[in-house]
Amino acid sequence: MSDKTTAPGHAEITPPQASSPTREALAMFVRNRAAVLGLLLLAFVIGATFAGPFLYRVDPFAVVGAPFTAPGDDMDVPLGTDHIGRDILAGLIKGGGPTLAVGLSAALITVFIGVLVGALSGYYGGFVDEALMRFTEFFQVLPPLILAMVLVAIFTPSLATIAIAIGVVSWPATARLTRAEFLKIRELEYVKAARTIGANDKRIIWRVILPNALPPLIVSATLVVGVAILFEAGLSFLGLGDPNVMSWGLMIGSSRQYILDAWWSITFPGLAIFLTVLSVSLIGDGLNDALNPRLRER
Amino acid sequence: MTAATPARPLLEVDNLSVEFTTRRGVIRVLDHVSFQLTPGATLGIVGESGCGKSMTALAIMRLVPPPHGRIAGGAVRLEGEDVVQASDVRLRQIRGKEISMIFQEPMTSLNPVFTVGDQIAEAVMLHEGLSRKDAHDRATEMLKAVHVPAPERRVNEYPHQLSGGMRQRAMIAMALACRPKVLIADEPTTALDVTVQAQVFDLLAELQETTGTAIILITHDMGAIAEMCDRVVVMYAGRRIEEGPVETILGAPSHPYTQGLLACRPELVIGRVGANRRLEEIPGVVPPLDRIGAGCGFADRCKHAHDRCATRPPIRAVGNDHAVACWLSDTAGHLPEARA
Repeated sequence: MSDKTTAPGHAEITPPQASSPTREALAMFVRNRAAVLGLLLLAFVIGATFAGPFLYRVDPFAVVGAPFTAPGDDMDVPLGTDHIGRDILAGLIKGGGPTLAVGLSAALITVFIGVLVGALSGYYGGFVDEALMRFTEFFQVLPPLILAMVLVAIFTPSLATIAIAIGVVSWPATARLTRAEFLKIRELEYVKAARTIGANDKRIIWRVILPNALPPLIVSATLVVGVAILFEAGLSFLGLGDPNVMSWGLMIGSSRQYILDAWWSITFPGLAIFLTVLSVSLIGDGLNDALNPRLRER
Repeated sequence: MTAATPARPLLEVDNLSVEFTTRRGVIRVLDHVSFQLTPGATLGIVGESGCGKSMTALAIMRLVPPPHGRIAGGAVRLEGEDVVQASDVRLRQIRGKEISMIFQEPMTSLNPVFTVGDQIAEAVMLHEGLSRKDAHDRATEMLKAVHVPAPERRVNEYPHQLSGGMRQRAMIAMALACRPKVLIADEPTTALDVTVQAQVFDLLAELQETTGTAIILITHDMGAIAEMCDRVVVMYAGRRIEEGPVETILGAPSHPYTQGLLACRPELVIGRVGANRRLEEIPGVVPPLDRIGAGCGFADRCKHAHDRCATRPPIRAVGNDHAVACWLSDTAGHLPEARA
């Protein structure tokens, strides 16, 4: 970078040094208190999930105390036990990992399928668009939870199949959003300009249009993480989770009959899900404000 | 048909037609348009909005928007090679490398999420296989060539940090980065301040001198035509209606439409009482292209229209290197009675 030494004679007005759009968005995000709170909350959840098992070495499936021990009654099990005497705190710590992993990978699958279908559909239009959109509608008319249950039931329940099932039922919304963005952006002059310098379709789709379509996609992907976590909890609650892996949904599901006798066995995992989804939503809102240029000036 | 051109044409547009399929049927937006561009020359294309100027530019680069539009016939020969028939791969080699284009709106023709340098470098990397570093250096050079101040700094800036004039310069740098043989400038200054307009034209003229690029200048600014062009093609309703050297077209236009266009220009006359003539206008607008019948497309707006105008006049040579599509050229000097 030796060529960056500008001649000292240039004493013109320098624009404020908030140059790249990414940096501007970041500055905007950091100014948003709710978004930063969400980020801290998510960092706490992820931290507890990763570091927790080393600090609190209790098997969440092991019976470690009397059934229905209330929180605080026995300091060996600070958050109490469930109906067969399993440690709630251990479940919370161990259950976070699978929940987050399923949420994130389901969101990735959703974004991957959604962006691919939406981009091709919006860019090429015509017959491609018709075919892909009818295919998308086929998924949209099926109730997502039922479809996910069927998919998980057909393939044996495991974290991977659950993530795939959630991804397969959630992508249509992302595809529609991507398509709308592509329809809008493909008509802009800089896309025409890219074509006049000899760029091919592949390059125009991925290198010219997609970067400009990203802001709303990032926001929606963030929100998909929250929805996927809820989905996973829902499936586990219905007994369609992986029975060998502790997760928050599984804890709620297995204790649901005892909600009146042992409120803590459901409340704590429920709270964990609530806080995680809340943190992801706050981050998504913050990103929306930061990436949406129309909101910048406020 | 057209008088012999002095040099072998670099670009030859031969009976080019473009059609659009709409709900009301097929509409011909370009109808047998022909002209030639000699190396290093500047050809102006003038006409009102909707007369097919921009469509001609897009058709030359084969950018007529699918699925509704298509080139219905004719050829665009670049040094003898027909662009209309070229394969997709060859077409992408031609675009940017042989023929480049700059657009009307410098605000929207640069990609907002990449730096100016990245975008100029992109063209070079696509066509000349330069490394990222070398392409970046070339981008800086190009910015210097188009007189962007502090190019070493500007090359790393984003489009929103540049003024309109500077963005148009960056656009020109991008279009000329691979030294194309033909540059199509589609109303390059319409969106700019008058002072900046003059700068951009000066720049184009200067670059043309150093690189020998031939320019097709699409505009409705007769001043720009006078300043920049060697030859002029006048278009109306998708057809070429008059063509000739710039002196002839501006000095002694034959077609009533061209005469009208020239009469529409305001003159700067200050302080002379009574000198302010009433600005003339051509009544009406370019008719919808699906409603042009078999006659002359301009007949409805022409004060000289007469019986023969019900048949479309072919474009014919009327003098030295001057062609016009109007029946009046038969009766040179004897204009028939104006229609009441």
